[in-house]
Amino acid sequence: MTQIFAYIPFNNGVAEDIAQEYPTAASKIDEGASVTAVVTGSGADLDKVANDMTSIYSEVIKIDNADLAYPNADIVRKALENTIPSDAVFLIAHNTFGMDLAPGLSIKMDSAYAADVVDFEGIDGTTLKANRQELGGAVSTHVTVDISSGAVITIRPGSFAPLEEGAAGGAVVDRSGDAGDLSAKRKFLEIVAAEVGDVDITKSDVLVSVGRGIEDEDNIEIAEELAEAMDAVVSCSRPIVDAKWLEKSRQVGTSGQTVKPKVYMAMGISGSFQHLGGVKGNPFIVAVNKNPKAPIFQVADVGIVEDILDFMPELTEAINDL
Amino acid sequence: MEILVCVKRVPDTAENEFELNSAGNDLDRDDLVYSVNEWDNYAVEEAIQIVDKVGGSVTVITVGDDESEEVLRREMAMGANNGILLSDDAFEGSDGKAIAAILKAETQKGSYDLILSGAQADEGAGQIGGMLAAMLDYPYASLVNKIEVGDGKIIVGREIEGGNQEMNELQLPCVLSIQTGINEPRYVGIRGIRKVASVDIPVKGAGDLDIDTASVGEAGAKTKRVDYYVPDMGDGAEMLEGSTDEIIEKLIEKLKAKGGL
Repeated sequence: MTQIFAYIPFNNGVAEDIAQEYPTAASKIDEGASVTAVVTGSGADLDKVANDMTSIYSEVIKIDNADLAYPNADIVRKALENTIPSDAVFLIAHNTFGMDLAPGLSIKMDSAYAADVVDFEGIDGTTLKANRQELGGAVSTHVTVDISSGAVITIRPGSFAPLEEGAAGGAVVDRSGDAGDLSAKRKFLEIVAAEVGDVDITKSDVLVSVGRGIEDEDNIEIAEELAEAMDAVVSCSRPIVDAKWLEKSRQVGTSGQTVKPKVYMAMGISGSFQHLGGVKGNPFIVAVNKNPKAPIFQVADVGIVEDILDFMPELTEAINDL
Repeated sequence: MEILVCVKRVPDTAENEFELNSAGNDLDRDDLVYSVNEWDNYAVEEAIQIVDKVGGSVTVITVGDDESEEVLRREMAMGANNGILLSDDAFEGSDGKAIAAILKAETQKGSYDLILSGAQADEGAGQIGGMLAAMLDYPYASLVNKIEVGDGKIIVGREIEGGNQEMNELQLPCVLSIQTGINEPRYVGIRGIRKVASVDIPVKGAGDLDIDTASVGEAGAKTKRVDYYVPDMGDGAEMLEGSTDEIIEKLIEKLKAKGGL
Protein backbone atom coordinates (compact mmCIF):
# COMPACT_ATOMS: atom_id res chain seq x y z
CA MET A 1 0.00 0.00 0.00
CA THR A 2 1.34 3.38 -0.99
CA GLN A 3 1.93 5.84 1.79
CA ILE A 4 0.85 9.29 0.62
CA PHE A 5 1.32 12.65 2.34
CA ALA A 6 -0.33 15.90 1.25
CA TYR A 7 0.96 19.38 2.11
CA ILE A 8 -1.95 21.69 2.97
CA PRO A 9 -1.51 25.38 2.03
CA PHE A 10 -3.68 27.87 3.92
CA ASN A 11 -4.34 31.57 4.29
CA ASN A 12 -5.67 33.26 7.42
CA GLY A 13 -6.66 29.98 9.00
CA VAL A 14 -8.49 28.63 5.95
CA ALA A 15 -7.10 25.75 3.88
CA GLU A 16 -6.89 26.31 0.13
CA ASP A 17 -9.30 24.37 -2.11
CA ILE A 18 -6.62 21.87 -3.01
CA ALA A 19 -7.02 20.33 0.46
CA GLN A 20 -10.19 18.70 -0.89
CA GLU A 21 -8.51 17.74 -4.17
CA TYR A 22 -5.56 15.76 -2.78
CA PRO A 23 -7.70 12.78 -1.66
CA THR A 24 -9.03 12.39 -5.23
CA ALA A 25 -5.49 12.58 -6.61
CA ALA A 26 -4.33 10.04 -4.02
CA SER A 27 -7.09 7.57 -4.89
CA LYS A 28 -6.10 7.83 -8.56
CA ILE A 29 -2.52 6.98 -7.60
CA ASP A 30 -3.57 4.00 -5.51
CA GLU A 31 -7.14 3.30 -4.44
CA GLY A 32 -6.05 1.72 -1.19
CA ALA A 33 -3.54 4.39 -0.23
CA SER A 34 -3.60 6.02 3.17
CA VAL A 35 -3.36 9.80 2.96
CA THR A 36 -1.90 11.94 5.72
CA ALA A 37 -2.31 15.72 5.69
CA VAL A 38 0.68 17.85 6.69
CA VAL A 39 0.27 21.42 7.93
CA THR A 40 3.07 23.75 8.97
CA GLY A 41 2.82 27.18 10.57
CA SER A 42 2.34 28.67 13.97
CA GLY A 43 -0.34 29.45 16.49
CA ALA A 44 -4.13 29.62 16.30
CA ASP A 45 -4.41 29.67 12.49
CA LEU A 46 -2.42 26.47 12.27
CA ASP A 47 -4.48 24.76 14.98
CA LYS A 48 -7.70 25.71 13.22
CA VAL A 49 -6.55 24.36 9.86
CA ALA A 50 -5.23 21.16 11.46
CA ASN A 51 -8.60 20.60 13.13
CA ASP A 52 -10.51 21.40 9.94
CA MET A 53 -8.45 18.80 8.08
CA THR A 54 -9.57 16.01 10.43
CA SER A 55 -12.91 16.06 8.63
CA ILE A 56 -11.14 15.03 5.42
CA TYR A 57 -8.02 13.12 6.50
CA SER A 58 -7.71 10.28 9.00
CA GLU A 59 -4.34 11.59 10.14
CA VAL A 60 -3.14 15.19 10.23
CA ILE A 61 0.49 15.98 11.02
CA LYS A 62 0.96 19.41 12.54
CA ILE A 63 4.34 21.13 12.76
CA ASP A 64 4.16 24.29 14.87
CA ASN A 65 7.15 26.62 15.07
CA ALA A 66 7.46 30.41 15.10
CA ASP A 67 9.94 30.13 12.20
CA LEU A 68 7.19 28.53 10.10
CA ALA A 69 4.75 31.41 10.56
CA TYR A 70 5.86 33.13 7.36
CA PRO A 71 6.11 31.76 3.82
CA ASN A 72 9.73 30.66 3.55
CA ALA A 73 10.15 27.52 1.50
CA ASP A 74 13.76 26.96 2.61
CA ILE A 75 12.60 26.67 6.24
CA VAL A 76 9.45 24.64 5.53
CA ARG A 77 11.59 22.26 3.49
CA LYS A 78 13.83 21.58 6.47
CA ALA A 79 10.86 20.88 8.73
CA LEU A 80 9.40 18.46 6.19
CA GLU A 81 12.61 16.57 5.43
CA ASN A 82 12.95 15.89 9.15
CA THR A 83 9.36 14.72 9.56
CA ILE A 84 8.11 12.91 6.44
CA PRO A 85 9.45 9.43 5.58
CA SER A 86 11.69 9.82 2.53
CA ASP A 87 10.17 6.82 0.73
CA ALA A 88 6.65 8.27 0.78
CA VAL A 89 4.77 9.90 -2.07
CA PHE A 90 4.45 13.56 -1.12
CA LEU A 91 1.83 15.67 -2.87
CA ILE A 92 2.27 19.46 -2.98
CA ALA A 93 0.17 22.09 -4.76
CA HIS A 94 1.76 23.46 -7.92
CA ASN A 95 1.27 27.06 -6.81
CA THR A 96 3.87 29.75 -6.19
CA PHE A 97 4.78 28.30 -2.78
CA GLY A 98 4.89 24.72 -4.06
CA MET A 99 7.20 25.78 -6.88
CA ASP A 100 9.50 27.32 -4.26
CA LEU A 101 9.43 24.26 -2.03
CA ALA A 102 9.07 21.04 -3.98
CA PRO A 103 12.09 20.73 -6.33
CA GLY A 104 14.59 21.20 -3.50
CA LEU A 105 12.62 18.90 -1.21
CA SER A 106 12.86 16.10 -3.78
CA ILE A 107 16.65 16.45 -3.71
CA LYS A 108 16.85 16.43 0.09
CA MET A 109 14.56 13.38 0.29
CA ASP A 110 16.41 11.71 -2.61
CA SER A 111 13.03 11.13 -4.23
CA ALA A 112 11.78 11.20 -7.79
CA TYR A 113 10.16 14.48 -8.84
CA ALA A 114 7.22 15.20 -11.11
CA ALA A 115 5.80 18.69 -11.49
CA ASP A 116 2.41 20.14 -12.33
CA VAL A 117 0.63 16.81 -12.71
CA VAL A 118 -2.97 17.09 -13.96
CA ASP A 119 -4.01 13.43 -13.68
CA PHE A 120 -2.79 9.97 -12.68
CA GLU A 121 -3.31 6.72 -14.53
CA GLY A 122 -2.42 4.48 -11.62
CA ILE A 123 0.49 2.53 -10.27
CA ASP A 124 2.16 -0.66 -11.47
CA GLY A 125 4.58 -2.04 -8.89
CA THR A 126 6.70 1.00 -8.08
CA THR A 127 6.04 2.76 -11.39
CA LEU A 128 3.47 5.54 -11.23
CA LYS A 129 2.01 6.85 -14.47
CA ALA A 130 1.03 10.51 -14.50
CA ASN A 131 -0.31 13.04 -17.00
CA ARG A 132 1.27 16.43 -17.58
CA GLN A 133 1.28 19.22 -20.12
CA GLU A 134 4.19 20.81 -21.92
CA LEU A 135 4.80 23.85 -24.10
CA GLY A 136 2.28 26.05 -22.31
CA GLY A 137 -0.51 23.47 -22.57
CA ALA A 138 -0.09 22.95 -26.32
CA VAL A 139 0.67 19.23 -25.84
CA SER A 140 -0.03 16.59 -23.20
CA THR A 141 2.33 13.84 -22.09
CA HIS A 142 2.40 10.68 -20.01
CA VAL A 143 5.32 10.33 -17.65
CA THR A 144 6.41 7.40 -15.54
CA VAL A 145 7.72 8.08 -12.06
CA ASP A 146 9.83 5.50 -10.25
CA ILE A 147 8.58 5.85 -6.66
CA SER A 148 10.69 3.02 -5.21
CA SER A 149 12.62 5.52 -3.09
CA GLY A 150 9.74 7.98 -2.73
CA ALA A 151 8.46 10.82 -4.86
CA VAL A 152 7.66 14.50 -4.53
CA ILE A 153 4.84 15.40 -6.91
CA THR A 154 3.24 18.80 -7.43
CA ILE A 155 -0.33 18.71 -8.69
CA ARG A 156 -2.12 21.46 -10.55
CA PRO A 157 -4.83 23.13 -8.42
CA GLY A 158 -8.30 22.56 -9.86
CA SER A 159 -7.35 19.40 -11.79
CA PHE A 160 -8.83 16.85 -9.40
CA ALA A 161 -12.47 16.77 -8.31
CA PRO A 162 -12.92 18.08 -4.78
CA LEU A 163 -13.93 15.47 -2.22
CA GLU A 164 -17.47 15.81 -0.93
CA GLU A 165 -17.33 16.81 2.71
CA GLY A 166 -17.02 13.64 4.73
CA ALA A 167 -16.53 12.93 8.40
CA ALA A 168 -13.16 11.25 8.38
CA GLY A 169 -12.92 11.75 12.13
CA GLY A 170 -9.18 12.00 11.93
CA ALA A 171 -6.67 12.86 14.61
CA VAL A 172 -4.05 15.59 14.80
CA VAL A 173 -0.55 14.37 15.52
CA ASP A 174 1.80 17.09 16.78
CA ARG A 175 5.25 16.52 15.29
CA SER A 176 6.61 19.98 16.14
CA GLY A 177 9.38 18.36 18.18
CA ASP A 178 10.76 16.58 15.12
CA ALA A 179 11.19 19.68 12.97
CA GLY A 180 14.84 20.01 13.96
CA ASP A 181 17.16 22.90 13.13
CA LEU A 182 15.21 25.50 11.17
CA SER A 183 17.97 28.03 10.58
CA ALA A 184 18.10 29.26 6.98
CA LYS A 185 20.06 31.58 4.73
CA ARG A 186 16.83 33.12 3.54
CA LYS A 187 14.61 35.55 5.46
CA PHE A 188 11.03 36.57 4.75
CA LEU A 189 10.62 40.37 4.80
CA GLU A 190 7.10 41.37 3.78
CA ILE A 191 4.26 41.03 1.29
CA VAL A 192 3.88 44.00 -1.03
CA ALA A 193 0.22 44.22 -2.11
CA ALA A 194 -0.61 44.47 -5.81
CA GLU A 195 -0.94 47.98 -7.17
CA VAL A 196 -4.45 49.24 -7.75
CA GLY A 197 -4.93 50.40 -11.32
CA ASP A 198 -7.08 53.07 -12.92
CA VAL A 199 -9.66 50.50 -14.01
CA ASP A 200 -10.99 47.65 -11.86
CA ILE A 201 -11.39 44.75 -14.32
CA THR A 202 -13.00 42.60 -11.61
CA LYS A 203 -16.06 44.86 -11.62
CA SER A 204 -16.92 44.57 -15.33
CA ASP A 205 -19.55 42.15 -16.68
CA VAL A 206 -17.87 42.05 -20.07
CA LEU A 207 -14.13 41.86 -20.65
CA VAL A 208 -12.29 42.24 -23.94
CA SER A 209 -9.08 40.44 -23.05
CA VAL A 210 -6.05 40.60 -25.32
CA GLY A 211 -3.04 38.30 -25.59
CA ARG A 212 0.03 37.93 -27.76
CA GLY A 213 -2.16 38.08 -30.88
CA ILE A 214 -2.37 41.86 -30.45
CA GLU A 215 1.25 41.89 -31.67
CA ASP A 216 2.02 45.56 -31.04
CA GLU A 217 1.39 48.21 -28.40
CA ASP A 218 -0.30 50.46 -30.97
CA ASN A 219 -2.92 47.77 -31.62
CA ILE A 220 -4.25 47.94 -28.02
CA GLU A 221 -6.39 50.77 -29.33
CA ILE A 222 -8.28 48.30 -31.56
CA ALA A 223 -9.28 46.34 -28.46
CA GLU A 224 -10.25 49.52 -26.64
CA GLU A 225 -12.57 50.47 -29.49
CA LEU A 226 -14.26 47.07 -29.32
CA ALA A 227 -14.54 47.36 -25.54
CA GLU A 228 -16.13 50.77 -25.88
CA ALA A 229 -18.67 49.44 -28.36
CA MET A 230 -19.52 46.59 -25.97
CA ASP A 231 -19.56 48.77 -22.85
CA ALA A 232 -16.74 46.54 -21.61
CA VAL A 233 -13.23 47.11 -20.32
CA VAL A 234 -9.92 45.81 -21.67
CA SER A 235 -8.03 43.17 -19.74
CA CYS A 236 -5.09 41.06 -20.89
CA SER A 237 -2.89 38.01 -20.48
CA ARG A 238 0.59 38.02 -19.00
CA PRO A 239 2.75 38.73 -22.09
CA ILE A 240 0.99 42.08 -22.55
CA VAL A 241 1.97 43.15 -19.04
CA ASP A 242 5.50 41.77 -19.44
CA ALA A 243 5.82 43.96 -22.54
CA LYS A 244 4.52 46.91 -20.44
CA TRP A 245 1.72 47.61 -22.94
CA LEU A 246 -0.89 47.52 -20.16
CA GLU A 247 -0.77 47.91 -16.37
CA LYS A 248 -0.35 44.85 -14.16
CA SER A 249 -3.82 45.57 -12.72
CA ARG A 250 -5.30 44.64 -16.10
CA GLN A 251 -3.82 41.13 -16.06
CA VAL A 252 -6.15 38.14 -15.72
CA GLY A 253 -4.58 34.99 -14.29
CA THR A 254 -3.28 33.30 -11.16
CA SER A 255 -0.50 35.87 -10.93
CA GLY A 256 -2.90 38.70 -11.73
CA GLN A 257 -6.59 39.35 -11.12
CA THR A 258 -9.35 36.81 -10.70
CA VAL A 259 -12.38 37.93 -12.69
CA LYS A 260 -16.00 36.74 -12.83
CA PRO A 261 -17.53 38.43 -15.86
CA LYS A 262 -20.67 37.29 -17.71
CA VAL A 263 -18.88 37.39 -21.04
CA TYR A 264 -15.15 36.94 -21.62
CA MET A 265 -13.79 37.84 -25.04
CA ALA A 266 -10.40 36.07 -25.34
CA MET A 267 -8.74 37.89 -28.22
CA GLY A 268 -5.48 36.35 -29.41
CA ILE A 269 -5.04 34.51 -26.10
CA SER A 270 -3.64 30.97 -26.32
CA GLY A 271 -5.24 29.93 -23.02
CA SER A 272 -2.54 28.75 -20.61
CA PHE A 273 -3.81 27.28 -17.34
CA GLN A 274 -2.25 30.19 -15.43
CA HIS A 275 -4.41 32.57 -17.44
CA LEU A 276 -7.59 30.48 -17.23
CA GLY A 277 -7.01 30.10 -13.48
CA GLY A 278 -8.04 33.74 -13.19
CA VAL A 279 -11.31 33.32 -15.10
CA LYS A 280 -13.99 32.16 -12.67
CA GLY A 281 -17.76 32.04 -12.43
CA ASN A 282 -18.26 30.09 -15.68
CA PRO A 283 -18.58 33.06 -18.07
CA PHE A 284 -19.56 32.77 -21.74
CA ILE A 285 -16.14 32.63 -23.39
CA VAL A 286 -15.62 33.78 -26.96
CA ALA A 287 -12.18 32.91 -28.33
CA VAL A 288 -10.72 34.43 -31.46
CA ASN A 289 -7.32 33.11 -32.47
CA LYS A 290 -5.62 32.57 -35.81
CA ASN A 291 -4.12 29.30 -34.55
CA PRO A 292 -6.85 26.61 -34.82
CA LYS A 293 -4.92 24.47 -32.33
CA ALA A 294 -4.82 27.11 -29.58
CA PRO A 295 -5.75 25.47 -26.23
CA ILE A 296 -8.29 28.26 -25.59
CA PHE A 297 -10.65 26.55 -28.08
CA GLN A 298 -10.92 23.58 -25.71
CA VAL A 299 -12.46 25.70 -22.96
CA ALA A 300 -14.26 28.44 -24.92
CA ASP A 301 -18.00 28.33 -25.65
CA VAL A 302 -17.60 29.87 -29.08
CA GLY A 303 -14.46 29.79 -31.21
CA ILE A 304 -13.49 31.77 -34.27
CA VAL A 305 -10.32 31.14 -36.27
CA GLU A 306 -9.37 34.60 -37.47
CA ASP A 307 -6.65 37.19 -36.98
CA ILE A 308 -7.91 39.48 -34.21
CA LEU A 309 -6.33 42.49 -35.88
CA ASP A 310 -8.70 42.03 -38.83
CA PHE A 311 -11.64 40.65 -36.88
CA MET A 312 -11.96 43.11 -33.98
CA PRO A 313 -12.41 46.28 -36.12
CA GLU A 314 -15.09 44.55 -38.18
CA LEU A 315 -16.89 43.37 -35.06
CA THR A 316 -16.66 46.87 -33.56
CA GLU A 317 -18.16 48.37 -36.68
CA ALA A 318 -20.99 45.82 -36.78
CA ILE A 319 -21.85 46.46 -33.13
CA ASN A 320 -21.77 50.23 -33.59
CA ASP A 321 -24.15 49.83 -36.53
CA LEU A 322 -26.73 47.96 -34.45
CA MET B 1 29.76 39.71 -8.89
CA GLU B 2 30.21 36.45 -10.82
CA ILE B 3 26.87 35.36 -12.23
CA LEU B 4 26.00 32.06 -13.88
CA VAL B 5 22.80 31.87 -15.94
CA CYS B 6 21.36 28.48 -16.92
CA VAL B 7 19.60 28.59 -20.29
CA LYS B 8 17.89 26.10 -22.60
CA ARG B 9 17.13 25.71 -26.30
CA VAL B 10 13.42 24.95 -26.68
CA PRO B 11 10.73 24.69 -29.36
CA ASP B 12 9.35 28.21 -29.80
CA THR B 13 5.68 28.24 -28.73
CA ALA B 14 5.06 31.49 -30.63
CA GLU B 15 6.44 30.11 -33.90
CA ASN B 16 5.09 26.55 -34.02
CA GLU B 17 1.80 24.71 -34.26
CA PHE B 18 2.56 21.45 -32.50
CA GLU B 19 1.46 18.20 -34.12
CA LEU B 20 2.09 14.60 -33.15
CA ASN B 21 4.22 12.42 -35.45
CA SER B 22 2.67 9.62 -37.49
CA ALA B 23 3.33 7.09 -34.72
CA GLY B 24 1.55 9.41 -32.28
CA ASN B 25 4.20 9.11 -29.58
CA ASP B 26 6.32 12.20 -30.15
CA LEU B 27 6.02 15.68 -31.60
CA ASP B 28 6.52 16.01 -35.31
CA ARG B 29 9.90 17.67 -34.94
CA ASP B 30 10.85 17.97 -38.62
CA ASP B 31 9.99 21.62 -39.07
CA LEU B 32 10.04 22.88 -35.49
CA VAL B 33 11.52 26.32 -34.91
CA TYR B 34 13.76 26.40 -31.83
CA SER B 35 14.88 29.41 -29.83
CA VAL B 36 16.14 30.28 -26.38
CA ASN B 37 13.57 29.70 -23.61
CA GLU B 38 11.68 32.97 -23.13
CA TRP B 39 12.24 33.13 -19.34
CA ASP B 40 16.01 32.74 -19.84
CA ASN B 41 16.25 35.99 -21.80
CA TYR B 42 14.91 37.82 -18.74
CA ALA B 43 17.45 36.02 -16.52
CA VAL B 44 20.35 36.96 -18.80
CA GLU B 45 19.16 40.56 -19.09
CA GLU B 46 18.91 40.80 -15.29
CA ALA B 47 22.42 39.37 -14.89
CA ILE B 48 23.84 41.88 -17.39
CA GLN B 49 22.12 44.77 -15.61
CA ILE B 50 23.49 43.65 -12.23
CA VAL B 51 27.04 43.41 -13.61
CA ASP B 52 26.63 46.84 -15.24
CA LYS B 53 25.92 48.23 -11.75
CA VAL B 54 28.30 46.35 -9.48
CA GLY B 55 30.89 44.84 -11.85
CA GLY B 56 31.80 41.23 -12.47
CA SER B 57 30.92 38.90 -15.31
CA VAL B 58 28.06 36.86 -16.73
CA THR B 59 28.52 33.26 -17.85
CA VAL B 60 25.73 31.44 -19.70
CA ILE B 61 25.57 27.66 -19.50
CA THR B 62 23.39 24.98 -21.02
CA VAL B 63 23.08 21.21 -21.11
CA GLY B 64 22.29 20.10 -24.63
CA ASP B 65 23.49 18.95 -28.00
CA ASP B 66 25.68 20.77 -30.57
CA GLU B 67 22.75 22.86 -31.71
CA SER B 68 22.38 24.33 -28.23
CA GLU B 69 25.51 26.35 -28.91
CA GLU B 70 23.40 28.80 -30.92
CA VAL B 71 21.38 29.84 -27.84
CA LEU B 72 24.60 30.44 -25.88
CA ARG B 73 25.85 32.67 -28.70
CA ARG B 74 22.57 34.54 -28.76
CA GLU B 75 22.82 35.27 -25.03
CA MET B 76 26.47 36.28 -25.47
CA ALA B 77 25.34 38.68 -28.19
CA MET B 78 23.06 40.22 -25.53
CA GLY B 79 26.14 40.84 -23.43
CA ALA B 80 27.00 37.69 -21.50
CA ASN B 81 30.80 37.39 -21.25
CA ASN B 82 31.28 33.63 -21.43
CA GLY B 83 29.47 30.53 -22.57
CA ILE B 84 29.81 26.89 -21.52
CA LEU B 85 28.16 23.96 -23.31
CA LEU B 86 27.73 20.76 -21.30
CA SER B 87 27.23 18.04 -23.88
CA ASP B 88 27.61 14.28 -23.90
CA ASP B 89 25.65 11.42 -25.46
CA ALA B 90 25.30 10.09 -21.91
CA PHE B 91 23.26 13.17 -20.94
CA GLU B 92 20.46 12.36 -23.40
CA GLY B 93 17.14 11.50 -21.74
CA SER B 94 18.16 13.07 -18.42
CA ASP B 95 15.39 14.03 -16.02
CA GLY B 96 15.43 17.33 -14.13
CA LYS B 97 17.48 15.92 -11.30
CA ALA B 98 20.22 14.74 -13.64
CA ILE B 99 20.29 18.09 -15.47
CA ALA B 100 20.67 19.82 -12.10
CA ALA B 101 23.47 17.39 -11.14
CA ILE B 102 25.32 18.09 -14.41
CA LEU B 103 25.01 21.85 -13.83
CA LYS B 104 26.14 21.43 -10.24
CA ALA B 105 29.32 19.66 -11.35
CA GLU B 106 30.32 22.59 -13.55
CA THR B 107 29.15 25.19 -11.01
CA GLN B 108 31.59 23.78 -8.49
CA LYS B 109 34.46 24.20 -10.94
CA GLY B 110 33.83 27.95 -10.93
CA SER B 111 33.13 30.47 -8.21
CA TYR B 112 29.75 32.06 -8.68
CA ASP B 113 28.01 34.46 -6.30
CA LEU B 114 24.68 34.23 -8.02
CA ILE B 115 23.09 31.54 -10.17
CA LEU B 116 20.02 32.36 -12.22
CA SER B 117 17.67 30.30 -14.35
CA GLY B 118 14.37 30.97 -16.06
CA ALA B 119 11.35 30.24 -13.84
CA GLN B 120 10.38 27.45 -16.24
CA ALA B 121 11.06 26.15 -19.73
CA ASP B 122 9.34 24.02 -22.39
CA GLU B 123 8.44 21.17 -20.05
CA GLY B 124 6.81 23.56 -17.58
CA ALA B 125 8.28 21.91 -14.50
CA GLY B 126 10.21 24.87 -13.06
CA GLN B 127 12.49 22.45 -11.26
CA ILE B 128 16.16 23.04 -12.14
CA GLY B 129 16.86 26.09 -9.96
CA GLY B 130 15.38 24.63 -6.78
CA MET B 131 17.14 21.31 -7.31
CA LEU B 132 20.51 22.94 -8.01
CA ALA B 133 20.16 25.11 -4.90
CA ALA B 134 19.36 22.11 -2.70
CA MET B 135 22.32 20.17 -4.12
CA LEU B 136 24.65 23.10 -3.40
CA ASP B 137 22.98 23.94 -0.07
CA TYR B 138 22.44 27.49 -1.30
CA PRO B 139 19.31 29.48 -0.44
CA TYR B 140 16.75 29.62 -3.22
CA ALA B 141 13.85 31.77 -4.35
CA SER B 142 11.63 31.10 -7.35
CA LEU B 143 9.53 33.35 -9.61
CA VAL B 144 11.70 36.37 -8.86
CA ASN B 145 10.49 39.64 -10.39
CA LYS B 146 12.70 42.13 -8.54
CA ILE B 147 16.35 42.08 -7.42
CA GLU B 148 18.34 44.50 -5.28
CA VAL B 149 21.94 43.54 -4.72
CA GLY B 150 23.43 44.33 -1.31
CA ASP B 151 26.69 43.48 0.43
CA GLY B 152 26.90 39.68 0.76
CA LYS B 153 23.16 39.46 0.44
CA ILE B 154 20.41 40.12 -2.02
CA ILE B 155 16.83 41.31 -1.66
CA VAL B 156 14.37 39.70 -4.05
CA GLY B 157 10.68 40.03 -4.80
CA ARG B 158 8.77 36.87 -5.72
CA GLU B 159 5.66 37.03 -7.81
CA ILE B 160 2.91 35.29 -5.86
CA GLU B 161 -0.83 34.82 -6.37
CA GLY B 162 -3.05 37.80 -7.08
CA GLY B 163 -0.27 40.05 -8.35
CA ASN B 164 1.21 40.41 -4.86
CA GLN B 165 4.94 40.37 -4.25
CA GLU B 166 6.75 38.48 -1.49
CA MET B 167 9.98 40.16 -0.42
CA ASN B 168 12.87 38.04 0.87
CA GLU B 169 16.49 38.52 1.84
CA LEU B 170 18.92 35.80 0.76
CA GLN B 171 22.55 35.33 1.66
CA LEU B 172 24.99 34.95 -1.22
CA PRO B 173 25.78 32.70 -2.95
CA CYS B 174 22.21 31.83 -3.89
CA VAL B 175 20.07 30.51 -6.72
CA LEU B 176 17.10 32.41 -8.17
CA SER B 177 14.59 31.50 -10.84
CA ILE B 178 13.52 34.53 -12.85
CA GLN B 179 9.96 35.37 -13.89
CA THR B 180 9.13 37.16 -17.12
CA GLY B 181 8.43 40.88 -16.82
CA ILE B 182 11.29 41.58 -14.36
CA ASN B 183 12.95 43.70 -17.07
CA GLU B 184 12.81 44.32 -20.79
CA PRO B 185 15.33 42.02 -22.48
CA ARG B 186 17.43 43.88 -25.03
CA TYR B 187 17.07 43.27 -28.71
CA VAL B 188 19.74 41.18 -30.38
CA GLY B 189 20.51 42.07 -33.96
CA ILE B 190 22.40 40.20 -36.64
CA ARG B 191 25.40 42.41 -36.01
CA GLY B 192 25.48 41.39 -32.35
CA ILE B 193 25.35 37.71 -33.27
CA ARG B 194 28.19 38.18 -35.79
CA LYS B 195 30.36 39.83 -33.16
CA VAL B 196 30.37 36.69 -31.02
CA ALA B 197 30.29 34.19 -33.91
CA SER B 198 33.90 33.18 -33.47
CA VAL B 199 34.19 33.37 -29.69
CA ASP B 200 35.34 30.04 -28.30
CA ILE B 201 32.69 28.18 -26.30
CA PRO B 202 34.17 25.28 -24.32
CA VAL B 203 32.30 21.97 -24.55
CA LYS B 204 32.47 19.68 -21.53
CA GLY B 205 31.33 16.08 -21.26
CA ALA B 206 30.75 13.61 -18.44
CA GLY B 207 34.49 12.88 -18.16
CA ASP B 208 35.42 16.56 -17.80
CA LEU B 209 32.82 16.93 -15.07
CA ASP B 210 33.63 13.68 -13.20
CA ILE B 211 30.05 12.53 -13.67
CA ASP B 212 29.13 8.87 -13.36
CA THR B 213 27.27 8.22 -16.63
CA ALA B 214 24.99 5.70 -14.91
CA SER B 215 23.54 8.47 -12.74
CA VAL B 216 22.44 10.66 -15.67
CA GLY B 217 20.68 10.25 -19.00
CA GLU B 218 17.92 7.77 -19.68
CA ALA B 219 19.51 5.18 -17.36
CA GLY B 220 19.55 7.46 -14.32
CA ALA B 221 16.13 9.01 -14.86
CA LYS B 222 13.44 8.32 -12.29
CA THR B 223 10.92 10.43 -14.17
CA LYS B 224 10.56 9.65 -17.87
CA ARG B 225 8.30 10.99 -20.56
CA VAL B 226 6.63 8.01 -22.21
CA ASP B 227 4.67 9.68 -24.98
CA TYR B 228 2.72 12.69 -26.16
CA TYR B 229 -1.02 12.50 -26.61
CA VAL B 230 -4.05 14.57 -27.48
CA PRO B 231 -6.31 14.77 -24.43
CA ASP B 232 -10.03 14.22 -24.73
CA MET B 233 -11.31 17.64 -23.77
CA GLY B 234 -14.97 17.00 -24.47
CA ASP B 235 -16.71 18.99 -27.15
CA GLY B 236 -14.68 22.16 -26.90
CA ALA B 237 -15.89 25.40 -28.44
CA GLU B 238 -18.63 25.69 -31.00
CA MET B 239 -16.61 26.92 -33.97
CA LEU B 240 -18.26 29.67 -35.97
CA GLU B 241 -17.55 29.32 -39.67
CA GLY B 242 -18.37 31.09 -42.92
CA SER B 243 -17.49 34.53 -44.19
CA THR B 244 -16.42 37.12 -41.63
CA ASP B 245 -19.77 38.88 -42.02
CA GLU B 246 -21.65 35.64 -41.35
CA ILE B 247 -19.48 34.88 -38.34
CA ILE B 248 -20.04 38.35 -36.91
CA GLU B 249 -23.77 38.05 -37.38
CA LYS B 250 -23.87 34.73 -35.51
CA LEU B 251 -21.57 36.05 -32.80
CA ILE B 252 -23.67 39.16 -32.19
CA GLU B 253 -26.78 37.00 -31.72
CA LYS B 254 -24.95 34.91 -29.14
CA LEU B 255 -23.51 37.94 -27.37
CA LYS B 256 -26.98 39.46 -27.11
CA ALA B 257 -28.33 36.24 -25.62
CA LYS B 258 -25.52 36.00 -23.06
CA GLY B 259 -25.59 39.61 -21.90
CA GLY B 260 -22.51 40.71 -23.82
CA LEU B 261 -24.41 43.41 -25.71
